[in-house]
Amino acid sequence: MTASGIVDAVPAEEPGGDSADREVVLGLESVSKRFPGVLALDDVSLDLRAGEVHVLLGENGAGKSTLIKVVAGVYRHTSGRVFISGREVRHNSPREARSAGVSTVFQELSLVPTLTVEENLFLGRIPAHAGLVSRRAMRRRAGEALRRIGVTLPLKARVGSLPRSAQQLVEIAKALIDDARILIFDEPTASLGDRESDRLLDVIRTLAGSGIGIIYITHRMREVRDLSDRVTVLRDGRLVATLTAAEADEERLVQMMTGRQVDALYPGIPPEPGPVRLAMSNVSGPGLHDVSIEARAGEIVGLAGLLGSGKSTVGRACFGLSAVSAGTITVDGKVLRSPSPVRSLRHGVVYYPPDRRGEGLALCRSMLENLTLGSLRKAGAQRGGFIRRRYERDLTRKSVSRLDIRPGHPGRLMQFFSGGNQQKVLLARGLIREAAVHIFDEPTVGIDVGAKADVYQVLQQLCESGRAVVVISSDLPEVLGLCHRVYVMHEGRIAGELTGDAVTESNVLARFFGPPADPAAAPDTLQERS
Amino acid sequence: MTAIDEATAVRVPGEVSLRHRMSDLFLQIGLLPILLAAMVVFFAVRETSFFSGPNVSNVGRQAVYLLLVTLGQMIVLLCAQLDLSVGATIALTSVVTASTMSNADQPTAGTIMAGMAAGLCVGLVVGLVNGIVVAFLRVPSFIVTMGSASIATGIALIMSHGAPVTGVPSEFTSMFGTGQWFGVPVPLFIGAGAIVVMYVVLSWTTFGRNIYAIGGNEVAALLAGVRVKLQLVGAFVICSLLSSLAGVLLTARVASGEATIGGSFVLLSVAAAVLGGTSLFGGEGRLAFVVLGVIFLGVLSNGMNLLLISSYVQQLVLGAVLIGAVAIDRIKPRIG
Repeated sequence: MTASGIVDAVPAEEPGGDSADREVVLGLESVSKRFPGVLALDDVSLDLRAGEVHVLLGENGAGKSTLIKVVAGVYRHTSGRVFISGREVRHNSPREARSAGVSTVFQELSLVPTLTVEENLFLGRIPAHAGLVSRRAMRRRAGEALRRIGVTLPLKARVGSLPRSAQQLVEIAKALIDDARILIFDEPTASLGDRESDRLLDVIRTLAGSGIGIIYITHRMREVRDLSDRVTVLRDGRLVATLTAAEADEERLVQMMTGRQVDALYPGIPPEPGPVRLAMSNVSGPGLHDVSIEARAGEIVGLAGLLGSGKSTVGRACFGLSAVSAGTITVDGKVLRSPSPVRSLRHGVVYYPPDRRGEGLALCRSMLENLTLGSLRKAGAQRGGFIRRRYERDLTRKSVSRLDIRPGHPGRLMQFFSGGNQQKVLLARGLIREAAVHIFDEPTVGIDVGAKADVYQVLQQLCESGRAVVVISSDLPEVLGLCHRVYVMHEGRIAGELTGDAVTESNVLARFFGPPADPAAAPDTLQERS
Repeated sequence: MTAIDEATAVRVPGEVSLRHRMSDLFLQIGLLPILLAAMVVFFAVRETSFFSGPNVSNVGRQAVYLLLVTLGQMIVLLCAQLDLSVGATIALTSVVTASTMSNADQPTAGTIMAGMAAGLCVGLVVGLVNGIVVAFLRVPSFIVTMGSASIATGIALIMSHGAPVTGVPSEFTSMFGTGQWFGVPVPLFIGAGAIVVMYVVLSWTTFGRNIYAIGGNEVAALLAGVRVKLQLVGAFVICSLLSSLAGVLLTARVASGEATIGGSFVLLSVAAAVLGGTSLFGGEGRLAFVVLGVIFLGVLSNGMNLLLISSYVQQLVLGAVLIGAVAIDRIKPRIG
């Protein structure tokens, strides 16, 4: 299928060889993409070489997604030219792009959860002889694909029963079965923990080593450092620069992405702990064992831990989304009985879910409607069930300027906002409620540096105005940079509590796998041995 | 092809190409108004009586019954639910209304009021049952309303023994069936009132906002503190009440209680709502366009009657229109 002349031209394996000599598998020449009223991509030219990991970096709305969708055949470019292996292409569908050797692992996986791994791998391309499914050929090719990425997966297991990280591997194996020469990853690690991320990055390196060209979108600087051969920064649909990995230091990249200097990402908030506003004492339930935490006024409390450590469950329990079988939750001294979103909000707890598209926003409705949803009464924007629309509009305008939501057009549908601005709308809704306790689950996941700084500023304001802020986060630098006090969780229990200067990377990491051995006892045992 | 593409790629500030303005406009208003206008012109040319006063008022009156049901169906669709019991609700309402009125020896205004109230109670009960089972027991509305439709039809047939319930007071039929105010059929005023009320509910109340939000993302609405279950019950009650209102008016129109009266309203109400751009996945749908969808179906069936097209063929056309409407709804986002 693949043009044999091209394969001959590429040195089969050249580990450590200068990638600049390698064949260009994908070329974009002055590509633009216009949507009604928006120029999403503006005259972008870049190339991707065989065996290269090319990172695309940019704030939300910079045009990264549009670019890869053009390459993947989801959109057609309005002008410019796209070359694959030297031949100009103009794909009309993802299917056409796939047969040209372009495969994409999108954020939303394209797997059927109720089918098995094997069935998913061959979905729409079952090898058959005379109309009969060739199970043997399926087994063999699936095995080959998985060997290439160096993993084993249960072929008979239902995809829905696998963890997200394994599902991604299935997605990658699927691409390999298509003989992909260009693989596109759109934030593949966004929903993975550290260990799973590392494993995935290894797989991606292996793939690049075998001569596949890889486009990789991420917001994580660590991945840029560890993975990339070259980095292209996009801003407002234009290409800012393409740098080699050596030229790409973090500060420079951030500056290119945002077009401004981000001096200090984390605001230094002096801790001024006041009275306890949220207290959980001995709370147990599914995934929680005897958890006691408290958050004081004017304090940012962090919850850290691995995926599945129960840190998210704590937030959900406070909001009635996860059952509480024992223990009490108290807000400002009042016991919160059988929590539910309505009751928790009334007691003064706001919970910000990590999955803003799935759980936070109605994407097909306007920004204004999303911003005031459920908060109209609290904000005094309704009387007897009737909305005071002018009041509501003023309220929205205030929120837009306070949080710098862009574009600040209240009638614009939520789905057309970037991730960072969607998150700001979610924040704005919570702020309207003027609650005592704000619980954020992954407040900055998948949003760009500029929006991150804005979110942190909001947390700072909340903190300074005497609210208790709880931040549940898998982003360790965020926990370290932001929180005054950190609870580390492990298997549904509090594995440790760290305050002030004790909030260090090594201290937090040490508790990821359970509480440390009794620190007082440890030296003693050593002495005894010596 | 490429010439056009290259031309449109040039960004000229302050000047949007005609093609884009057209496609924006198309996305804004959709296909429906254009189709409706084309259809009106077609029927007016083919059949001169189409624009006659009696025919126009007839189209309007016929459309009111469907309008009421469709407004209800719209609210349910906005929550990403479906009500298949609207037809059966109409039938049971008709039988209950007629039975209540015909039981009285000497019909008075009170009898008529009691009959209408009894009819509307049918809607209230059906709506409560639908809403509570859907919201609290999490049974899919598709199943719940299909079941409640069967139950309601069964009750209607048992009560009426399968025959029309006669003895409806003539004051009732002359008022709400054939009556006119200022030369306009009475049902039209009721229909207009329903549109106004629905506009206020959808655009000016928190309930309306919540309905849209629930359809847009039920979990998000829940986390934002919306009492999702209550709003769902409310939506089903409104839908059934509007169906009942249509049932009462239809009873006045045909001057008897009929257990077989509502059959076509399920398909027609969904078709009209979807024609008007209401999303089957919830959260999207604008009142003005739904009203246009009703008018579209009303004009279509009236025009076909005038052209003496058989009811068998009409049935076929309506099915095709429903499928076509949904298909267009699905491909629309890809245009432009």
